[in-house]
Amino acid sequence: MQDLANIFIKSIFIDNMVFAYFLGMCSYLAVSKTVKTSVGLGLAVVFVLGITVPVNYMLENYVLKEGALTWLGEGFATVDLSFLSFILFIAVIASMVQLVEMIVEKFSPALYSSLGIFLPLIAVNCAILGASLFMQERSYATITEATVFGLGSGVGWFLAIVGIAAIREKIRYSNVPPALRGLGITFIITGLMGIAFMSFMGIKLEDSKKEVSIEEVAQVENNESEIN
Amino acid sequence: MSEKKEALFSKKNLKLIKDPLDDNNPITVQVLGICSALAITVQLKPAVVMALSTFFVMCTANVVVSLMRNMIPSRIRIIIQLVVIATLVILVDQTLKAFVYDVSKELSVFVGLIITNCIIMGRLEAFALANTPWKSFMDGLGNSLGYALPLIVVAFFRELLGAGTLFGYPVLERLGLYELGYENNGMMILPPMALVTCGVYIWIQRMRNKKLVEEN
Repeated sequence: MQDLANIFIKSIFIDNMVFAYFLGMCSYLAVSKTVKTSVGLGLAVVFVLGITVPVNYMLENYVLKEGALTWLGEGFATVDLSFLSFILFIAVIASMVQLVEMIVEKFSPALYSSLGIFLPLIAVNCAILGASLFMQERSYATITEATVFGLGSGVGWFLAIVGIAAIREKIRYSNVPPALRGLGITFIITGLMGIAFMSFMGIKLEDSKKEVSIEEVAQVENNESEIN
Repeated sequence: MSEKKEALFSKKNLKLIKDPLDDNNPITVQVLGICSALAITVQLKPAVVMALSTFFVMCTANVVVSLMRNMIPSRIRIIIQLVVIATLVILVDQTLKAFVYDVSKELSVFVGLIITNCIIMGRLEAFALANTPWKSFMDGLGNSLGYALPLIVVAFFRELLGAGTLFGYPVLERLGLYELGYENNGMMILPPMALVTCGVYIWIQRMRNKKLVEEN
């Protein structure tokens, strides 16, 4: 349980999609003019990430990875299909987005009309594919961990886009140098937000590490007092 | 073909290359392909490799899609474009893994993310679907140069100021600046500074080119 909470918090704050890896920047910059639309897009991203990451996780572990096809028979134990992962992941994402769009349209027309335009856009949002690729690279142990990672990344992206949209709404009333208006100032603000988010790096999540660090600190203090 | 055949490097074709470098730069004006651009600008080497990979994928995809443009049904064109791009990216990824493994490790997921690099999709949608292969190739060339330019400028300053090296060669150490008390600015290596450096790049570009200035 604690592991899951760790993964969740880590993926929201420390490995934030926007500030640490610059994923999903295109829609982040294009759709962040007002808070309302950015909330819509953010929710859609959380939703799609929460679905595609576990699906791709299963694909990775039961089809693509070396030895993943063992369940088909002994002869498949050495098959390594991981070079196909890009094309399969993007196909899964595109079809999932399509599916989600149809389901939402059927069961909640109100949500559909508010998200409408953004849903198809998500298929080419790098944050979605990026999360699947990170999932592959970090090889999470269980599907629950992968799901939590997907949701956490989505929430992190949501926080980032809502934050920048709020700042951009306010900045409309300030006197920005002409050449810096629009894109330039948005870049710089995002950079500053990123620096603020970096302060979360100090969070120590694992207990074992914490003990070590306290001992280290104590040792350093001892050394210092000896010198004095 | 009743019209006179256009020269290969006519003015119009050259404009396709020149436009994306400044007036219509994919990164700083069209706001496309930023995700991958910022993440790999800590050092020059990965930035150059990334620019070359994008160049290859963009030009080839542009030509392939342009050759197929009369055969693609418009309803399923996005998925076809994605398949073309993904196939090319797999080629690039396997080549990098085979020949420059350390760089490929450094780029990690960002090679895969060329697939969702919006410049490539954007150019296929906006240009290759409606133009002949040669023109599409020129467009791909121009846009990948326009993508490479800010990438390399930002990477140059981040590596020089952050680590004091260029392509891993210790330039500042050879110049003897450290003996004068100079120290590297470690902040330039941190991810947020990529955004700020890029913001400054946009600022300078728009000061020189007034017609790009946006409304607040």
